[in-house]
Amino acid sequence: MSRAALLVLADGRFPAGGHAHSGGAEAAVRAGRITDAASLEAFCRGRLHTSGVVAACVAAAAALGVDPGELDRAADARTPSPALRVAARRLGRQLTRAARATWPSSELDALASRFPKGAHQPVVLGLAARAAGLGAPDAAYCSLYEGVSGPATAVVRLLGLDPFDATGVLARLADEVDRAAREAVGTAERVVTDGVGVLPARSAPLLEIGAEAHAAWPVRLFAS
Amino acid sequence: MGAGADRRVDRVTAVPGGVRASARVLARGDGRGGTVLPVLEGEGPLAVRRTRGSGAEARVMLVGAMSGPLGGDHFTVEVHAASGARLRVGSAAATLALPGQDRTGARYDVRLTVDDDAELCWLPEQLISAGGSDLRVTTSVDLAAGARLLLREEQVLGRAGEEPGSLTSRLSVRTAGRCVLDQELACGPGAPGGWDGPAGLAGHRAVGQLVVVRPEFAGEPPEPRVFEEGAAVMPLTGPVALVTAVAADGLRLRRLLDGALASLD
Repeated sequence: MSRAALLVLADGRFPAGGHAHSGGAEAAVRAGRITDAASLEAFCRGRLHTSGVVAACVAAAAALGVDPGELDRAADARTPSPALRVAARRLGRQLTRAARATWPSSELDALASRFPKGAHQPVVLGLAARAAGLGAPDAAYCSLYEGVSGPATAVVRLLGLDPFDATGVLARLADEVDRAAREAVGTAERVVTDGVGVLPARSAPLLEIGAEAHAAWPVRLFAS
Repeated sequence: MGAGADRRVDRVTAVPGGVRASARVLARGDGRGGTVLPVLEGEGPLAVRRTRGSGAEARVMLVGAMSGPLGGDHFTVEVHAASGARLRVGSAAATLALPGQDRTGARYDVRLTVDDDAELCWLPEQLISAGGSDLRVTTSVDLAAGARLLLREEQVLGRAGEEPGSLTSRLSVRTAGRCVLDQELACGPGAPGGWDGPAGLAGHRAVGQLVVVRPEFAGEPPEPRVFEEGAAVMPLTGPVALVTAVAADGLRLRRLLDGALASLD
């Protein structure tokens, strides 16, 4: 594997559209549930251990070559909020475009024609990792880190939170990201033999309710 | 339901440290617009009673004859609404998860099956996770393409002023063999970090869901919408709508769920 390729894929400036999404932080800020670095940290921790770990398992399984269609259906079943399904597919489509241009691959081409409206982003992320010569741990790390860095960056803009404080939150979550990545890779390996039914299904109720509330706002800073 | 299927009514099997008990209900249409219950059996803490129904609908009540589930207990409930059945299952009281002497957790498994041209309303009272308890609930639903379902589950975290126990609840729904919902919620001591934070429950002490399955949703899914910032109606893939709600307490939760359900009609 190429460590530099991992940095390219994990870079927040990789042109895959992630900067337009707050990962639910905008809704939580508006509801008064994120007000400072401590509540941002609690938000990110909750997201990491629920939808974050589910996404990482899907990404790692896709990186191991599990059928994207099955993973996409499993992601649908684990994403009851239609607003979040739309966001995940939109992000998946944008990542497909960026990844195909960066690491041409027949698997990404096949994915693009199979899912013209986009597959769930973690499915695409896993295949992008494969195309870049990366492995399941890399896909899991990219997914998990993106899942917490997105909200942290968004809250800097939404609350005017000190960027040093936001980065401190991410540093304090590092050990938990490591553990979650190991768990995701272990699960992904079981998916290869036992099927997508062994994927975790952990959910965070306020992420879903907040996403639906957010989607109904007439004006918002972030797409989700 | 495996080893418990042929167990006789009113016989409780003690497993090391806990009670293993099951209940089974099978309903089917009687061919004259009514519903019959060829199987209606429970044991020990899971007594089942037929109560007065209305019209075509048969009603069954789960009556808790013992407290629990306690640590080490394993309860299983299987309900099958076969073709022509209109079945409504409720419970006489809330289920209270309590700590047991056994340090292993308790399990409560619910298996619901609904065939074509059958309807099941699964409407038990709340599950209360008492301080120190440790319970894992699984609810697994298998639906034919033409099945109808109303499922409600409500969890209250702790009795008044009490810290909750450990509660993990997984809900999965398959329609025509395809998994359309798979969700797990973990709360209380030992749950992954952040469960009570701004992404999880944010201090709310009651959380609940409705699963509403109507064949007509396949062509005309309900609009997603939010109620009082505490409940969302969410159309899933397939003829299924999910309502997820959080509230300060069980009463407010029920009101939110009732309001969301009424909006689907």
